[in-house]
Amino acid sequence: MYQNEMLRSMEKVAANRAANTDFEPRRMTADEKETLLATYHPDYKAEEFRVLTVGPNKGGKVPTELSALLQAHSRVKDVSLDLSHPDYDVDVLVIGGGGAGAAAAIEANEAGANVLVVTKLRMGDANTMMAEGGIQAADKPNDSPAIHYVDAFGGGHYAAIPELLYKLVNDAPGAIKWLSDLGVEFDKAPDGTMVTTHGGGTSRKRMHAAKDYSGAEIMRTLRDEVLNRQIPMVDFTAAIELIKDENGRAAGAVLMNMETDELTVARAKTVIIATGGAGRLHYQGFPTSNHYGATADGLVLGYRAGAELLYADTLQYHPTGAAYPEQIFGALVTEKVRSLGAKLVNAEGEVFMHPLETRDVSAASIIRECSDRGKGVDTGSGKGVWLDTPMIELKGGEGTIEKRIPAMLRMFMKYGIDIRKEPILVYPTLHYQNGGLRIRADGQTNVENLYVAGEAVGGIHGRNRLMGNSLLDIIVFGRSAGKNAAAKAKETTVGALNLDHVAAFEKELAAAGIETDLVSPKLLPTYTHGNPKFEAK
Amino acid sequence: MNDNFVSIYLFGKKYDVPGNLTVMGAMEYAGYQLKRGCGCRNGFCGACATIYRVKGDRELKVCLACQTKVENDMYIATLPFFPLIKEVYDINKVPVNEQVMMQLYPEIYACVGCNACTKACTQGLNVMQYIAYAQRGDFEKCAEESFDCVMCGVCSSRCPAGISHPQVALLARRINGKYLAPACGHLEDRVKEIENGTFEDLLQDLMGKPVSELKELYNNREIEK
Repeated sequence: MYQNEMLRSMEKVAANRAANTDFEPRRMTADEKETLLATYHPDYKAEEFRVLTVGPNKGGKVPTELSALLQAHSRVKDVSLDLSHPDYDVDVLVIGGGGAGAAAAIEANEAGANVLVVTKLRMGDANTMMAEGGIQAADKPNDSPAIHYVDAFGGGHYAAIPELLYKLVNDAPGAIKWLSDLGVEFDKAPDGTMVTTHGGGTSRKRMHAAKDYSGAEIMRTLRDEVLNRQIPMVDFTAAIELIKDENGRAAGAVLMNMETDELTVARAKTVIIATGGAGRLHYQGFPTSNHYGATADGLVLGYRAGAELLYADTLQYHPTGAAYPEQIFGALVTEKVRSLGAKLVNAEGEVFMHPLETRDVSAASIIRECSDRGKGVDTGSGKGVWLDTPMIELKGGEGTIEKRIPAMLRMFMKYGIDIRKEPILVYPTLHYQNGGLRIRADGQTNVENLYVAGEAVGGIHGRNRLMGNSLLDIIVFGRSAGKNAAAKAKETTVGALNLDHVAAFEKELAAAGIETDLVSPKLLPTYTHGNPKFEAK
Repeated sequence: MNDNFVSIYLFGKKYDVPGNLTVMGAMEYAGYQLKRGCGCRNGFCGACATIYRVKGDRELKVCLACQTKVENDMYIATLPFFPLIKEVYDINKVPVNEQVMMQLYPEIYACVGCNACTKACTQGLNVMQYIAYAQRGDFEKCAEESFDCVMCGVCSSRCPAGISHPQVALLARRINGKYLAPACGHLEDRVKEIENGTFEDLLQDLMGKPVSELKELYNNREIEK
């Protein structure tokens, strides 16, 4: 499968493999990391960001692509809608059918609320399904939520909101127990001890996994539970605008059938945005490991309704996206590959960094290797470095790869690459939205009755997220949003519905002199793979 | 036509597309804006189950459109939805033996052993075998054998007995995860400690510390080997 220069470089990697496997590279100092990030991390490229001129974060900067969507027109701008006869009338409206949405729906249902889940594709079509490596929780005797707190706070550059991070780490063991009681199959030793590993930036082995299908295993179980509870769910239906009541509280959403474009109205006492991330906006032209529907819709809906963003200028580039073959360009190669012992190796066969630095540092280090240092491998469509997977079998014994990372084995085998025998080429891929809508500890935004959970939240992780803390946050904050939104619904009487905030936002756009044909939320990306017939349009 | 192009037939209609694209990429190149039949685009969600036949070949093949490169003369039909039977149950009340299968999915006992499901699996799983394990209530083995299932439903589309294999396997895995897998003592202990507020003071103390102190803690923390 590999060709030319790759093969020659691969020989060097193989020649050094035994020595590289035993070699323990040092970790970078705090200063070294700072300089590396400032020079090579995409978040530090000032020209790739824009200052917002309207909305609650006016004056703040966000990626250029996001700025265009946040300051675009509403899809209901010129549509007349009868809000007085809603098609759905519920206690809690959950927007998004991923892990956070499903967890919220289950808990709201458990609390006795009448719940409706809407999702623009199928239930479970979400980044949760694609999370491979694992979920963190400090449940081993040598670990504690306090140690977890320090790992995450430092890894996130001391920017996490303390109340949110406290909740994340302190509720983590309970989240694992909840999942386990629902039937999620975690990797365990015969005596029931969880099989746990390190992730980048962890100081204790607290990564729980279900092989390398951790997110898929969680998602399919939660989806099954939503179905068992017969919670009403409307799929292929996107929320395209929030609705407020006369008291300015969130009170529903305008929905659009993705296939027929039919518009409907959902009235709700409380609303939970669980719409996930933004990888499909391809910031700075990066490929992405994200789901097809990851287009930051919830950020747009929330922002237009007056909800504040936090850290929307920080993105996570997963250090190891597949760089070759081109059919899987940008696909996630789980961090667990490094947790199990594979190291990053350059074109000369040299280990150039500790394999378990935090993700932002690792990504920046790979970009440096492939740019200024000139030690990247030519993949035919760009550069990459080696992730020396055969080291896993050297370290853990034959069969470790098939047992612990079967999805990775399968993904590359489809293209004739046996990762037990050959290394793979990787390069950073757009993976996670560190920022999002700002919430308080109860999950509510500054807009009353509007809750957010999952990747659409900003502030839980600060300016960088550790591996395994995202599967954790969708469960912890999804559950909590569900419970709190159900409780709040009990004390809420919805007033007359309106879309005044949409009209007001349009006025603000005009006043700021913004002229654009763009409408948002984006809902889906469009790909034409270089077809000249469509590229011109 | 460019040498690197191939001809494919989407629902019978011919398109010339670059030969390095996946089936999903080729549909997009042809001008489709996908709504159905496209999900994670990474082989985990099962949204893009596809059946195809290469001209001149009798064999009906299956794949995930996002994980498969196009070939010349491929006749392609996507299977974006298949009506699987999903029975509703209460995970806290299910019998932990084959009775549950007899109650919820009795059709698995009508399996005729044709093995069409296994031949059709886009993940290369031994589907008929895991159904056999489910029949006899061996949920642990059923769970292990079916673990990599992405629930695309192609197996069920080929089954003469009308079995919804992915749903049977999911039930077996949930029962295995909840009841049959060994209980985790250290997890139970930690959850109790948290309920008792064991770490409360430590955490409150950390939350109140200035960043400079937390930096010290972080940069000098001991890392488990």
